[in-house]
Amino acid sequence: MKAKGHVFKYGENINTDVIIPARYLNATTGEELSVHCMEDIDRDFVRKVKPGDIMVARKNFGCGSSREHAPLALKSAGISCVIADTFARIFFRNSINIGLPILECREAAQEINAGDEVEVNFDTGIIRDLTLDREFQAQPFPEFMQNIIHAGGLIGYVNGKKK
Amino acid sequence: MIKPSGSKNLQDLFRISIFSAAGGFCMGMTMSQKILAGHAGQAEVKAGQLIEANLDLVLGNDITSPVAINAMKEMKNQTVFDKEKIALVMDHFIPNKDIKSAENCKCCREFASAHSISHYYDVGKMGIEHALLPEQGLVSAGDLIIGADSHTCTYGALGAFSTGVGSTDMAAGMVTGKAWFKVPSAIRFELSGKLRKKISGKDLILSLIGMIGVDGALYESMEFTGSGVESLSMDDRFTVCNMAIEAGGKNGIFPVDDITKQYLKEHSKRPLRIYEADDDAVYEKTIRVDLNEIDYTVAFPHLPENTKKAGSFGKIKIDQAVIGSCTNGRISDLRTAAEILKGRKVAEKVRCIIIPATQSIYLQAMKEGLIETFIEAGAAVSTPTCGPCLGGYMGVLAAGEKCISTTNRNFVGRMGHTDSEIYLSDPAVAAASAVMGYIASPEEVL
Repeated sequence: MKAKGHVFKYGENINTDVIIPARYLNATTGEELSVHCMEDIDRDFVRKVKPGDIMVARKNFGCGSSREHAPLALKSAGISCVIADTFARIFFRNSINIGLPILECREAAQEINAGDEVEVNFDTGIIRDLTLDREFQAQPFPEFMQNIIHAGGLIGYVNGKKK
Repeated sequence: MIKPSGSKNLQDLFRISIFSAAGGFCMGMTMSQKILAGHAGQAEVKAGQLIEANLDLVLGNDITSPVAINAMKEMKNQTVFDKEKIALVMDHFIPNKDIKSAENCKCCREFASAHSISHYYDVGKMGIEHALLPEQGLVSAGDLIIGADSHTCTYGALGAFSTGVGSTDMAAGMVTGKAWFKVPSAIRFELSGKLRKKISGKDLILSLIGMIGVDGALYESMEFTGSGVESLSMDDRFTVCNMAIEAGGKNGIFPVDDITKQYLKEHSKRPLRIYEADDDAVYEKTIRVDLNEIDYTVAFPHLPENTKKAGSFGKIKIDQAVIGSCTNGRISDLRTAAEILKGRKVAEKVRCIIIPATQSIYLQAMKEGLIETFIEAGAAVSTPTCGPCLGGYMGVLAAGEKCISTTNRNFVGRMGHTDSEIYLSDPAVAAASAVMGYIASPEEVL
């Protein structure tokens, strides 16, 4: 499984309130949520993002609320992968559970620039910045989480187990 | 290895089992690890290990439950594992703030009815979930709880392992009664001394977040121990554990002592399972805190880690003061606010909004005359709701406005416009600031 796209880059502690502000939490579908994604820190994001694009940020991405609306909004906006130094734990779980690929890689998060073209191989964890012509190795997922990802998320995983 | 051992007190015999160290060859476990091991049916777990564990309670609110209910529709098995072990609390946008919120609550209401969910709380009977569940006795020591709300970590105050998850985890939990966990390592906070008069749990947790940062406990348990624990009231402990997530923590947890037992005796009929950390438990690090040294603390915009001692900065004029939320909407918080507001007036250009966290707290405050004090002081008092904490309604800020708030997050745009500012504090500082019109230390008023 691979992803390829241009990079939107942000800083530290990108919290769920800016990924999807609470004033829009009366909506429950990805389609409704995605049009407001990131608007409190980047008004141009929704207009500029293209399917397959990649988000890169620094430490503690997704901190704050448990709202699954946050990874859902990113995924529906077209983001194919988020790369960060570290993720807040509930965001980490939620992303795996809904099938939004995320990768922890401090070096990549530091070096990759906004606008770079980046290719990610989820099976190997290799991140290639085609603009910089550099390669980074992300932490691979433990087998248990890979099983959830391969099942398309937690619901698929649970359905599979019930067989 | 863990082994249940008997309790000394005959009266407690039927309700209390104690899981303490039995010694031997196993590596010591933290209190959180012991609860996880106990619920995974394993004698031992290690930090980093992935486990599947049985849940005692699955919680959702009016924001997160509709997403979980939708997710559940995609599952092969759509029956809930135990209608007694699911709590649905309508608290974020109710009484409904708009049509979409009304639709969300309707979705939850119909689901609760269709599945005969025992613990469904709606307008007139509800409260803010993390104040409500302990009050209603749904949480007990030794429980393993997940909630689709990040502040689910509050129940660690009662010696439970409880943590926030998303809606899909909630959906899977409602059906299977299980959840997957990565066993966390822990930071031990060894508390000594005693908080000075009127300094509260909020000042303690804000100080700790200021010390370790908003990701200082990322993926880890925050375990509070030491001789200082006994000086902290149950409400202080709720507030401390409530904000463990603001340091990135997976859970916050206190040992079970006489104060916990007394609280549970008054509120819950559930059995107590007392888990104690092993003497040789391994911690990532130990942080020693002298409670006597904690001061009134204010977190500046836009992160809870930006803490300063109240009174250590110039006059910051405020437009609004909010006293309430799952962090500080309990009766002791309202008593503290009333003590300051009694016989005084909210400053002319300040809007003071006070929100009791549950219906019974509201009623108790009324019986004690606190509501009268608030209204006479010129404050607005609201039915329980999370409302302004997350910029939903009941106190949304305009561009350029500043608010002192007893809530838990001060991120950009959290309470309204992205150009507004939130300063976090305890109820005493918030009430004093409401009176003075700028962020003030309670000593300036009392």
